[in-house]
Amino acid sequence: MTISRRHLIQGAAGFASMAGLSAGVSTRALAQSAEPMRLGLLTVKTGPLASGGIDMERALTMFLKERNNELAGRKVELIVADTAGVPATARTKTQELVEKNKVHALVGPLAAFEALAIDDYLREVKIPTLSVAAAEDMTQRKPNPWFVRGTSSSAQCAHPMGEYCAKELGYKRMITIGDDIAFGQEMSAGFQRTFEDNGGKIVQKLFPPLTAPDYGTYVAQLKNDVDAIFLAFAGSNGFRFVRQLNEYGLLSKVKVVGGMTALDEAVLRNMGDEALGIITTCWYSADLNTPMNTKFATAFRDQFKYDPGFYAAGTYVEGQVLEAAMTATKGNVEDKEALMKALRAVKMETVRGPVRFDEFGNVVGDIYIRKVARKDGRLVNQVIKTYKDVSQFWTYDQKAFLAAPVYSRESPAAKFLEN
Amino acid sequence: MQFWVVQGLNSLALGGLLFLLASGFSLIFGLMRLANLTHGAMFMLGAYIGAGLMRSVDGVSLWVAAIAGGLGVALFGWVLERFILRRLPDNPLGQVLVTLGVAFIIADACLLIWGGDPIPIPAPSYLARPLFVGGFAFPAYRLVVVLIALAAAAGLYVMIERTRLGAMIRAGVDDMQMARAVGIPVSRLFSIVFCLGAGIAGAGGVLAGPILSAYPGLDADMLPLALIVVILGGIGSLMGAFVGSFIIGIIYTFGTALLPDLAYIILFLPMIVVIAFRPQGLFGHVSA
Repeated sequence: MTISRRHLIQGAAGFASMAGLSAGVSTRALAQSAEPMRLGLLTVKTGPLASGGIDMERALTMFLKERNNELAGRKVELIVADTAGVPATARTKTQELVEKNKVHALVGPLAAFEALAIDDYLREVKIPTLSVAAAEDMTQRKPNPWFVRGTSSSAQCAHPMGEYCAKELGYKRMITIGDDIAFGQEMSAGFQRTFEDNGGKIVQKLFPPLTAPDYGTYVAQLKNDVDAIFLAFAGSNGFRFVRQLNEYGLLSKVKVVGGMTALDEAVLRNMGDEALGIITTCWYSADLNTPMNTKFATAFRDQFKYDPGFYAAGTYVEGQVLEAAMTATKGNVEDKEALMKALRAVKMETVRGPVRFDEFGNVVGDIYIRKVARKDGRLVNQVIKTYKDVSQFWTYDQKAFLAAPVYSRESPAAKFLEN
Repeated sequence: MQFWVVQGLNSLALGGLLFLLASGFSLIFGLMRLANLTHGAMFMLGAYIGAGLMRSVDGVSLWVAAIAGGLGVALFGWVLERFILRRLPDNPLGQVLVTLGVAFIIADACLLIWGGDPIPIPAPSYLARPLFVGGFAFPAYRLVVVLIALAAAAGLYVMIERTRLGAMIRAGVDDMQMARAVGIPVSRLFSIVFCLGAGIAGAGGVLAGPILSAYPGLDADMLPLALIVVILGGIGSLMGAFVGSFIIGIIYTFGTALLPDLAYIILFLPMIVVIAFRPQGLFGHVSA
């Protein structure tokens, strides 16, 4: 929406802390490179997507600060670029980061359409990129060799949710409703596939425009003889939809379940009791009970007064992955091929749990089924089941999966739609 | 049956909301010949002022918040008109660019102050529950929005048609030069109308809050709707804004329900037809 040129050079802060470098810090890599590693963050600080984008910056800044702005013994200079959530601006900003700031690696961008806009440029200039953007084909049919995704593909979390709804919750008939963008369509499609493979039926699929001013007209269309509704919304849309379901008195009549961004921690903090009991699926929960995550979530909450969600945790995970890869290359980031290889070879424990990567650079990790509960006065996504070691192909044969067309509005075909 | 009743009520509710948005835009456009692209941002600013007030001060009701939002945005409108727009008479391109730029500034300022998360604006508790209309549940608040829009329309109608101020505005809309010539203080009229239009937008933003919430991007979602309503109804015509709002409400609601694949263009089709066959809009008239 806006074209801003805000830059925040984190290096200054790092410089100040250099005085504090103690003998305990590894000097191994310092000798090799007096020059700091330059890390570019493509994020969104203005416009409608800014909520997630600001979280990305906060998490990465916090991550670096915890390490004295040093990864694998090498100083890191963070350069933040604001894409405003506009693909063309994302492209310009990427070029600026690469050609003017000469970054060694990129974290971001936030949205799939931004990632697609810079896809060919990344191939051309060969910059290792750690993204949170979920577009399926970035790591499937058109894999980018310079891409690593530590979060998940659009449908990666929806797959186990489909099975969970059919098998454990015993739902038979469901509706999917999601944003009319690739992300919402891919998530709905993945959910439909596993739900129907386990005996369920999707009887209605709705895709309101991303910027639908009001969901009243969609709420009124919902079939009322179903077990539950699956929400494939991003940003604040899930929040708005649930509120309107409640307004129409439907929330007490039909169960609601959701995809990974439907009731993210970022929107949960503005919700009330209407959200209680809603089950969603994600690769993360701020309530995840591991020592590493408890430390991260508590530190984040202390600093910013709210729970980290999808974007904050995702960016933090990317930071951890980058650190592990740089440790493997002994801080050498100039050899991009080696860094890229090291990134994809990372196998480690992160705030989201264990993480490794498949041959396309997409994460293989745990997926959590979470239920909204009240804890210490605030709403949290309480983990109620963990699916271990989930890949983007779920339990399907990789070859057959890739031979089929990418998930979309029509693919796979919904066989049980009723009108 | 349920479908038609509930969607019919939905159409009315959306129409009412659009009227609160578009009436101010239409007033300003009609008198000042100024496409005020800040209008969506003013609507959002009102919503944020209301939401911020309700959140930080206990016991502020939605109605008080709406008045505060309206006054706050009216004040902002006065400053904008008095100190910026007034310097750009007869420079439509400059006005468009300035209002667009100010809209961006408002949007980013809201983001800076209130953050990127959506802020819910609760409806008064006695309206927060569904109302049963002939056996069908419908949110009570939405019906109230329709009533408020009707009241606002009636109030504006009386003001325009029955008061001296209204007579001056009508004269200005019809023929500005002549109005000046007979001694109407047109520039003061400009300030009043711009304030009024901004104020309605601000209050409308708060009143729409329980349905839309305050969120970044609300401005960009709303501005095109205001433009569509005004183009359809006719520039500067209150009646046009009123009828246009409800026509758009009906077309949008039933259009997206019955022809979901056309959800993106359904709003623009009637506008194109109107522009093709009646460029001055349904209720507009060719002015001198």
